[in-house]
Amino acid sequence: MPLLEVVDMSHDFGGLRAVNRYSLGISTGEIRGLIGPNGAGKTTIFNLITGMYHPTEGDIRLENESIVGLRPNQIAARGLGRTFQNLQLWRHLTVLEHVMMARYSKLTYGLAGAFFGTPKRHRQEKESREKAYELMEMLNIAQFADQIVLNLPYGAQRRVEMARALATEPKILFLDEPTAGMNPEELMQMMKIIRRVHREFHLAIFLIEHRLRMVMELCQQIQTLVFGEVIAEGTPEQIQSDPKVIEAYLGKEMVE
Amino acid sequence: MQEAAHKTTAFRRRIADFLGKIPLLAWLAAAPLAVLLEHLIGYELATGVGLPKIPVLFGFVIMLKTPLLIPSALLYVLLIYLIPVCLVAWVLAAPANWLAGRLYRLPIIVPVLVHLALLYLALHLWADISAYRGLTLRLTLIAVMMTLSLNVINGYMGEFSCSHPGFMALGAYGASVFSVFFFASDKLFGEALLPEILGAFCFPIGLVFGGLIASLGALAIAIPSFRTRGDYLAIISLAFMFIVKSAIENLEFVGGPRGLSGQPNYASLPVVFGVAVVCVWIINNFVRSTLGKALNAVRDDETAAEAMTVNTRRTKILAFMFGAFWAGVAGGLFAHVLRYVNPGTFGIQKLAEVLAMVYFGGLNSVYGSILGGVSLSLLSEALRPLELFKWIIIPLLLILVMIYRPTGLIAFKEFDVRALIRPKTHPRKEV
Repeated sequence: MPLLEVVDMSHDFGGLRAVNRYSLGISTGEIRGLIGPNGAGKTTIFNLITGMYHPTEGDIRLENESIVGLRPNQIAARGLGRTFQNLQLWRHLTVLEHVMMARYSKLTYGLAGAFFGTPKRHRQEKESREKAYELMEMLNIAQFADQIVLNLPYGAQRRVEMARALATEPKILFLDEPTAGMNPEELMQMMKIIRRVHREFHLAIFLIEHRLRMVMELCQQIQTLVFGEVIAEGTPEQIQSDPKVIEAYLGKEMVE
Repeated sequence: MQEAAHKTTAFRRRIADFLGKIPLLAWLAAAPLAVLLEHLIGYELATGVGLPKIPVLFGFVIMLKTPLLIPSALLYVLLIYLIPVCLVAWVLAAPANWLAGRLYRLPIIVPVLVHLALLYLALHLWADISAYRGLTLRLTLIAVMMTLSLNVINGYMGEFSCSHPGFMALGAYGASVFSVFFFASDKLFGEALLPEILGAFCFPIGLVFGGLIASLGALAIAIPSFRTRGDYLAIISLAFMFIVKSAIENLEFVGGPRGLSGQPNYASLPVVFGVAVVCVWIINNFVRSTLGKALNAVRDDETAAEAMTVNTRRTKILAFMFGAFWAGVAGGLFAHVLRYVNPGTFGIQKLAEVLAMVYFGGLNSVYGSILGGVSLSLLSEALRPLELFKWIIIPLLLILVMIYRPTGLIAFKEFDVRALIRPKTHPRKEV
């Protein structure tokens, strides 16, 4: 039984069908890629599954329970972590605060703890800080812990997003173009990180990516999305040689 | 030229070095001594330098009324406050550092209480000189509470709320009705229901009651206006302020536009000081917890906050009610300090005052709120002789702050009590 299962999900923006009868099944430990030209609806699919939009039709099941209609924070707390295509960091918070914030749903000290600083709060915040340092060290950003996140180099900001997503303790991680705007060196580093994270946390990863080389290297299974519809699905080799994919990316004349 | 510049930097460094070695404890020990000095020789000194009486607010009022006395007033302030405080703090620096170091190793509550006791002693002695000082001081503490609680909403959460005077009014009337109804004999509510002796002990209950009414009002605003972001909250909350004001004006059982009087004298200086300290403590606790920092996350990027498991809706509504609660408590104190409230007080002018204090002092900062509340309420008292021109000078000041420090004087700074009371035996190295 797959960890995350999407069944015939469709979504309309007004009269425009942005996603049409999309289906997906990801099991634990799998890395799945989603590719497609700009405006194909890749990020919309992410937003639908993570609860930012509600699908017009269809069902989304996480560990065999429907998550349609839940709020994004509830879905995230159930183990669906994500990063954003354009960095969405909190501009006034430090790196440490970012990573600790993502453990919000793990904190149970409640308002009494927040107002009066109970021992329970100190215990939980301490535990949270230790976990955050583990993640920051793993992603090589611990040296920035007390810096405001905007002062960091771009690659480090990307890693903060990753650390933050991992701090939610996800079972499945959604990465929305994790290497957008990176130079080759940063790209290699990010690929290493994704591999390492995948191995150490035994995660399922669902990846949107523009750079085909990276998807081909990382993913076992790839979907190709064009105008909200999956036109091809299979292993990297199958996708690479699929005429429909080549047509979508390079145009018809080239193929002929 | 260069040499002169060099000299000024050297001078500045020496001042910084001097200040860097004196712990807060020494300053707080020096302050009561200076005020004690004023008790002992203040009157003689004042008449000696040609002042009619002891200047009540550091000589501001005298200076503005009779500019000829400016040198005398400055001399008085210098001789009574500035020189003795600096001198004593300097002399006490070493023993105070030793003591602060010993205290620092005890549970945090002990050194904090020692510092607060010294602060209270200084304020108490200072306010003892005249009733006017006592009143100003209590109103200033209330202004700090108002500023801090509005900062939770406008600064930490980044929404723009205009309903703080409304919450203050709800708290003021809530607490007033509570204490007048139960503990005072009066025309509106008849005989006291409970023995008057209990009243002072039940005053906190009355304050909390007022605060809770205010936070219920906040809930009524929050539910419709937090569904989306944008200017809705500003508009709805402004409307709410006017609704509260006219509702009270039309409620005969609390006196309508004539106002409500007869509050017993519960809000003495120690009570107001104590409540203000509790308010600062709880709000500071809140904004430094991850639950409170979630407010910043919501402000900076709500989508990301939601995706990182933050319950944004609950966070926003709770913070709004929390801010309103403290505004209500401040209102309750306000009513009992003046022992009279009327709905006219809680209008647009009050709103302008509180907003100015928040933005002047600094967003997202407890220090900023304390600074903004204290400086603007003292300034507004000090500039009273200027009458109408006061309302030109204060906004002008605000405009200048907005130009040169758009987020306020001390913005985005954590109020770390431990760092504040730490002994300063190793002066910070120059970077």
